[in-house]
Amino acid sequence: MNFDLFFQYIVAGITYGTIYAVVAIGFNIIYNATGIINFAQGEFVMLGGMTAVTLLRYLPLPAAVLAAMIITMLVGGLIEILFIRWLYKPSVLRMIIITIGLSILIRETALHIWGEGVKALPYFTGTSVSSIKLGGVFISPQVLWVVGISAVMVALLNVFFNYTITGRQMRACSVNREAARLCGINAKNMVTLSFMLSAAIGALGGCIVSPITYVQYDSGTPLAIKGFTVAILGGLGNSVAAVAAGLVLGILESFSIWVMPAAYKDVISISILLLILFVRPSGLFGSKEAANLKEF
Amino acid sequence: MQLLEVKDIGKRFGGLQAVSGVSFGVREGTIKALIGPNGAGKTTLFNLISGFLTPDNGKILFHDRPVQGLRPFEIAARGMARTFQHIRLFPEMTSLENVMIGRHIHGKSGFLSAMLDLPRTRREDRGAREKALELMDFLGIAALAGHEATSLSYGQQRLVELARGLACEPALLLLDEPAAGLNMRETAEMASLISRIRDRGVTILIVEHDMSLVMNISDEIIVLNYGEKIADDVPLAIQKNEDVIRIYLGGDGDA
Amino acid sequence: MRSRMHLALFGLVAAVISVQQVTAYTGSEYYLTQLTMSAYYSLVIVGLCLLMGYAGQISLGHAGFFAIGGYISAFLTTHDLSPLKDSGIVVFLSKARLLSQRTDLYGGQLLTVQPWAACIVAILATVVIAYIVGGPVLRLKGHYLAMATLGFGTIIYRIAIGTTALGAADGLSDVPPFRLLPFLEVSGEMSNRVQNYYIAWGLVILAVLFSLNIIHSRIGRALRSIHGAEDAANAMGINTARYKLNTFVLSAVFASVAGVFLTHYNGGIGPSEASIMKSVRYVAIVAVGGMANLWGALVMGTLLNFLSLRGYLGTYDDAVFGGILIIIMLFVPQGLLHVDVFRGLRGLVLRRQNEKET
Repeated sequence: MNFDLFFQYIVAGITYGTIYAVVAIGFNIIYNATGIINFAQGEFVMLGGMTAVTLLRYLPLPAAVLAAMIITMLVGGLIEILFIRWLYKPSVLRMIIITIGLSILIRETALHIWGEGVKALPYFTGTSVSSIKLGGVFISPQVLWVVGISAVMVALLNVFFNYTITGRQMRACSVNREAARLCGINAKNMVTLSFMLSAAIGALGGCIVSPITYVQYDSGTPLAIKGFTVAILGGLGNSVAAVAAGLVLGILESFSIWVMPAAYKDVISISILLLILFVRPSGLFGSKEAANLKEF
Repeated sequence: MQLLEVKDIGKRFGGLQAVSGVSFGVREGTIKALIGPNGAGKTTLFNLISGFLTPDNGKILFHDRPVQGLRPFEIAARGMARTFQHIRLFPEMTSLENVMIGRHIHGKSGFLSAMLDLPRTRREDRGAREKALELMDFLGIAALAGHEATSLSYGQQRLVELARGLACEPALLLLDEPAAGLNMRETAEMASLISRIRDRGVTILIVEHDMSLVMNISDEIIVLNYGEKIADDVPLAIQKNEDVIRIYLGGDGDA
Repeated sequence: MRSRMHLALFGLVAAVISVQQVTAYTGSEYYLTQLTMSAYYSLVIVGLCLLMGYAGQISLGHAGFFAIGGYISAFLTTHDLSPLKDSGIVVFLSKARLLSQRTDLYGGQLLTVQPWAACIVAILATVVIAYIVGGPVLRLKGHYLAMATLGFGTIIYRIAIGTTALGAADGLSDVPPFRLLPFLEVSGEMSNRVQNYYIAWGLVILAVLFSLNIIHSRIGRALRSIHGAEDAANAMGINTARYKLNTFVLSAVFASVAGVFLTHYNGGIGPSEASIMKSVRYVAIVAVGGMANLWGALVMGTLLNFLSLRGYLGTYDDAVFGGILIIIMLFVPQGLLHVDVFRGLRGLVLRRQNEKET
C-alpha cells in the first residue's frame, strides 16, 4: 500500500474514532454521575444530526447546529425526568431494559418523523469533493472540523468539570453521592444535568460528522455499541482515555478493511469489546476499581 | 486431631494488612471462638478459610489437605459450611427451600435427569426434603418451613441460616456472629443450640462479640487484634490474659 | 405438588387442541400459520425465561442462537454439493445416507444434506458456540453482561447479513421440508397446516415440561439460589459458574431448535431473525410475563407475537415492544402476571407447592 492510501485510512480512522470518543464521553458523563449505562446514548447523536438537517430549512448552519444541540439537550433532560428520576434503587437489569426501551422508542419516533432515508448536513466548508493540502496529502476540510470541534469540546468539558462550580459538584456526586448531598448538592439535579450534557455532546457529534457518514433513523445503536467499546477500552468513566481509545478503535477498524471484507467491519469493534470485557474490563487505562460497577 | 489448621496466613488490601502471620488449629469435635475488637480481621479470616478470599501467603489445611486458593463451592464440598454475618438467605424462596439448598452437595442429579424427572431424581428430592425438615425440627423451626424466608423475624432467619449450614452435614461449621442482633434470651438459646450441634459431632469455629456466649460454650478461644493473633487458649486463661484485657479495656486493666 | 404442575400442562394441551378445533370449526384456519410461528418464538422465550428469570442472567443476543440454528440448517439443506460430487467427503456423506438429491425451483439437480442431519449439526454447533461464548461472558455482571450478549448477537447478525454464501441481506430460501416421521413433515404446505401447528406446539409443550421439571428439581432450586444470593450459593457447594453456563447452553439449544424448525416451516430465513430487535423482543416478553414466570412468558409471548405477526401492530411494531419494556420496567418490574391477583394462578405451578407438602 502506498503512503496516500495509508494516510487515507488513518484519516478515516481518526474521523470515525473521534465520533466514537464523543459517544464514549457521553456514556462516561452519565455513568460517572449515576452508575447507569445509557443504552440510548447513540440516539442522542442521531437526533442531533437529524434535527439539524430539518432545522437547516429555517436557520443558517451554525444556528441549526446550536438549536439541534439545545433541542436534543432538552430531550435528554426530559427523558431523565420522566423515566429515571423517580426510580427508587432500581436494579441494574431494570435500568438496562429501560434505557434499551427508550432507545427503541426514540428510534421509532425518528422513523415516523423522518422516514427511512439517510440525511446529511452540508459540508461546513466547501463540498464533498473539496480538499485541503496538509503536509503533502489531501484531506477533506470536514475532517478538520470534526477533529477541531471535538477538541474544543473536550477542552471545554475539562474546564467545566475542573474549574466551574457546577462541574465540580457533578464530580463530587460521582465520587460519593451521600457526601455530596451532605454538602448541599442537589444530587437529583446533577443526574438530570448529566443527561442533558451527554445529549448535547452527542448531538454536536452527530452534526459534525453527518456530512461524512450520513445519519439515519437507526444510526444510533451501532454507534452506541462502538461508543461503549471505546468507553470500556479507555476505562469506564475516564473521558481523557476515551479520546485515545476512540482513536485506537477508529484506526483499527479502518485498517481492518485491509484484512477482511468491509461488511465485517463491525465484527472487529465488537470482538475488541468482547476481548476487553473478558480480559481486562478495567480497560487499557483504568484501575481495578473502575471495573466494579457503580450503583445508581 | 486438628480438623482445621491455619498456618501463617496473611492478607493485604492495598495499604492495609488485614491479617498477618496468623496460625492456629481447631481440634475435631470442639468449639473454637474467634474474638477481637472491630476491624481485627475476624471476618477476613473467615473469608480466607472458606475460600472467598485467597491468602497472600500461608497455608490452610482441612482434613490435612491444603484448601487455600480453592473456590468456596469446592471447600463446601469437602465438608466446610458457613453462615454470614449479615444474613444471606435466598429471597423469594421458602425457608424449607433455603435449607434444602444445604442438601445440594449431597445430591447427584444433573440437568438431564432433572429435565426428564427420573425416579432417581424424585427419590433424591424427597430425601433432601425429609432431611431438611428433620434439621429444622431439631432447631425448633419446622413450623416455619412454608414461609418465605426473608419474611421471617431476624431471630428466625438466623435459625434458618443455621439449619441451612447444618444441612450440608459439614465436618466444620463456620458461624459468623450468630448471636448478632439477638436479645438475651435468644442468645442463650443460640448458645445451647450450638453446644448441641457440637455434641452431634460437628466442629465449630465461631466469630462472636457476645462474651457470655463465647465464655460459656467455647472449648478454646483465639484473640485477634489488628490482624495478628494475640492469644490462643482456654476461656479461663483468656479471661486472665493481660494482653487481651488491655485490648478490650485499654490502658492498665482492672481485672 | 407435581400434580398441580401436570394439571397446568394438561390445561395447555387442552388449550392448544381447542384453539385448533375452533379454527377448524369457524373456517379460520389461516390463523394457524401465525399461531405456529408464534409457537416457535415461544420456544425461544421458554428457554430465555429459564436463563433470565431463574438463573438471573440477561441475554440481549438470544436471537443469535435462533439464527445459528436456522442458518446452519438452511445452508446445509440448500447448498449444492454437486460440484464436489467426487470428493472424498461427499462420497462418504452420501454412503452414510446423509445426503439427498432433489430438484430445485428451476428444475436443476441439487445435492444437499438431509434436513435431519443438518438439524443435528445445527444443534451441535449451537452447543459448542454456547459453551465457548458463555464461559467468559457469564463471568461478567450487570451492564457488562448485557453489552457482551448484545455484542454477540450483533456479530451473528453482521455475519448473517454480510456473507454472500448465507444470502446476505436476502437470506436463504427454498429450504426443503423436514421429514420427522413418514407421515410428519415440517413444511409450509397448506395441506400440512394442522400437522405443523401440532408439531410446533408439541415442541413447546415438551420444552415447558422439561423446564418445569428443572425448576422443581434440585437444579431449579440451585438456579434460584444463584439468582438470589450468588455468594451464599457458592458457600453451599453450588458451582455457580457451571450452573449458569449449563442453563445458558440449554436456553441456546431451545432457541436453536426453534430456528431450525421455523426455517423449514417458512422455507427460508433472513438476517432479521438475528437482529437486535428480535433479541430485545424476547427479553421484553420475558420481562412482561414476569421474569421467573414461565406461564406468564408463554402467554405474553404467544399473544404479542401473534399480534405482531398478524400485522395488527402495524408500523408501530418495534415501538410497541419498546414501549412495553419501558412501561413494565417502570411500573411493574416484577412483570405483569406477577401481581397478587394472579398469585393463585402462579401458585398453581410454581414453588408454592412446597407449602402444602409440609
